[in-house]
Amino acid sequence: MSPLIEVRDLERRYARRNVHALRGVSFDVEAGQRFGIVGESGSGKSTLVRLLAGLDQPTAGSVTFRGRRIDGVAERKLKFLRSELQIVFQDPMGSLDPRMRVREIICEPLGRVDRGRVAELLDAVGLPADAGERYPHQFSGGQRQRISIARALAPRPAVLVADEPVSALDVSVRRQILDLLADLVDRFELTMVFVSHDLGVVRQVCDTVAVMRRGEIVELGAVDQVYDQPQHAYTRELIAAAPSLQAALAKLRSPN
Amino acid sequence: MQTRTRRNTSVIVGAVLVGLVVLAALVSFFWTPHDPVKVNAAVRLLGPTGDHVFGTDKFGRDVASQIMVGARTTLYVGVVAVGIAAVIGTPLGILAGMSNRWLGEFVMRVNDLVLAFPALLLAIMFGAVYGASTLTAMVAIGIATVPSFARIARSGTLQVMSTEYVLAARSSGRSRPNIALRHVLPNISGLLIVQASVSFAIAVLAEAALSFLGFGTRPPTPSWGRMLQESQELLTVQPRLALVPGIAIALAVLGFNLLGDGLRDRFDPRLAVRK
Amino acid sequence: MTLVVEGLGISSLVRDVSFTVGKNERVGLIGESGSGKSLTALSIMGLLPDELGATGSVKLNGRELLGAPERELSRLRGNEMSMVFQEPMTALNPSMRVGRQVAEPMSIHGTRRDHKQAAVELLESVGLPSETARAYPHQLSGGQRQRVVLAMALANDPALLICDEPTTALDVTVQALVLELILSGTQWRETSLLFISHDLAVVASVCERVLVMLDGEIVEAGDTLDVLTAPKHEYTQRLLELSV
Repeated sequence: MSPLIEVRDLERRYARRNVHALRGVSFDVEAGQRFGIVGESGSGKSTLVRLLAGLDQPTAGSVTFRGRRIDGVAERKLKFLRSELQIVFQDPMGSLDPRMRVREIICEPLGRVDRGRVAELLDAVGLPADAGERYPHQFSGGQRQRISIARALAPRPAVLVADEPVSALDVSVRRQILDLLADLVDRFELTMVFVSHDLGVVRQVCDTVAVMRRGEIVELGAVDQVYDQPQHAYTRELIAAAPSLQAALAKLRSPN
Repeated sequence: MQTRTRRNTSVIVGAVLVGLVVLAALVSFFWTPHDPVKVNAAVRLLGPTGDHVFGTDKFGRDVASQIMVGARTTLYVGVVAVGIAAVIGTPLGILAGMSNRWLGEFVMRVNDLVLAFPALLLAIMFGAVYGASTLTAMVAIGIATVPSFARIARSGTLQVMSTEYVLAARSSGRSRPNIALRHVLPNISGLLIVQASVSFAIAVLAEAALSFLGFGTRPPTPSWGRMLQESQELLTVQPRLALVPGIAIALAVLGFNLLGDGLRDRFDPRLAVRK
Repeated sequence: MTLVVEGLGISSLVRDVSFTVGKNERVGLIGESGSGKSLTALSIMGLLPDELGATGSVKLNGRELLGAPERELSRLRGNEMSMVFQEPMTALNPSMRVGRQVAEPMSIHGTRRDHKQAAVELLESVGLPSETARAYPHQLSGGQRQRVVLAMALANDPALLICDEPTTALDVTVQALVLELILSGTQWRETSLLFISHDLAVVASVCERVLVMLDGEIVEAGDTLDVLTAPKHEYTQRLLELSV
């Protein structure tokens, strides 16, 4: 089986600012994988998300979805991709049009409002049936992310790309949303690409992880392996820098 | 909540003021206390009396009647000029905001050309070709106001286009024209409403200047603006002749501004009453 | 006691909050959004939005801050008490060079004559080379900007430093450095620290005592080790579970 998504030598340069957001990135995503991408600011992970979704064009390299090239294709010709790959964005408020009702937002990928589908999706993400009538500002951050997820699931995609989906949420809500994502990925047999700066979160949700730094992938492998036996110095640095409660408490116990 | 009451007050006061202007204009079609254009030297420059509520002007014409008929001109000019500007300027601005850089810049530079062209000159040109009237003045002012709408529409569009929900719309497969209609327009409507109330004020005052120069409402048809200009020479002797139309203009402008603010808030679902 | 807060109430958003911060003590305030932690900090600084009124008592070195006239409060801000906010990108004036901004608290309060030189020293104390003084904020990274903000906050050796999620918006590899600078910066100046965060690990690495806020109230308080190893309130327990 050939990979679902193939990325080869992908580059994205912004001529005006002379910034090299991506400097030649290559990897494959197999169907059913939970592929994590970890990176800090400036790593190029957000640029990568846009390129995978056909919302931006690379300056070099290729992105292939089910054998079809996405790069170099005009946006209006990407309908085939839109029904197969959907994104859950980071900002729960910014990714929902404040002037649209929830049911219109959820059905946006479908092109028309389908109340039956809205009801199905609201149920799948754990929102009350009357949520469709309301506006985004009437919901909490966690609930808005559920709406975002419902929208992403509307066209029954094969791939869900989650771009920092829980970074803007409270700690106590993150677990719920992560569990929801994991559950939905299982239930609908989706492939997931999960982008985050937070190592811990990626570890919880993914089976494979690519570590990015300054536009390049510095390490790629099974999650447990990368975390337990990091090969690259940067990966080790990331793991070491992550604030650890256990370490902090240990220090408090033996003050020196 | 305090803000909600304040908002409701705005809408009500605005609506009342605008309503008064509209009422005066409508009623003037059927009745005015006196004939507004009838000259009567015998009753020149009278102060307010029972018969002439606001007195008379230097030609003996009843000020109150002029105010009522003048309300029509104010409404025509304000509404038509702003209407033209909005209908032409908004799509232009949205187009400029959604196009690639070069097209967007090109449209805005053409916009700047129009902006630089004095409305006055435009009105004179129209007047020369079609014969000066309220209509030529309105159209000229309308065209001259297009750039303000185009600019604000464009800047609002740029902001909306950079949001994540537009990104989500694109990734949902929405076409650009569709995005303009479903996402951009509703989200810049607030800006446009406020711009409309500002432009209304400017239009009314522009008409005043044009009328004075003879390129707007021709005498003897009453116009608040012209009344204001005509009162200048008697300002020290009969300030009332300036105050009455001046206050009328001020109240009309205030009314539209308040109404505009209130409407903008009413249409923002974020400020709507929670059920 | 440097800071004594008693019965602080802000509308219905903060209710009956009381705590103290001693001299050179580091106290953490743990809470999520809606807990009232930021409002509490703002009320100490006298920076609450006009519509919100605060009741109760907030005393800095014995001086009552709530209800104090703005003139008095502005003399204290940047001088006796200062604050570092979460978002480094918007905290600095984009059109003013960094050196001038760091010198501002000193020139405003007239604490040092040679503020240009002092600014350079302060920048060096947070690990930024002297050339940084001539740079504009947009030329700096998030971590660097936060260090500049910290330098400004500590410029006049304040009695109290409040930090509201100072490292949350920073890359993880930079967080450790900034936390270290906050610690060292407050310790040698003997500045009291009120450190607000939702991140238990960060709070545990910085603070000696912690307060846990939920829905406008303090639900648990005590030594960091005690609260985070044997929490009594279920909310604290839940936060702990989610942190491992």
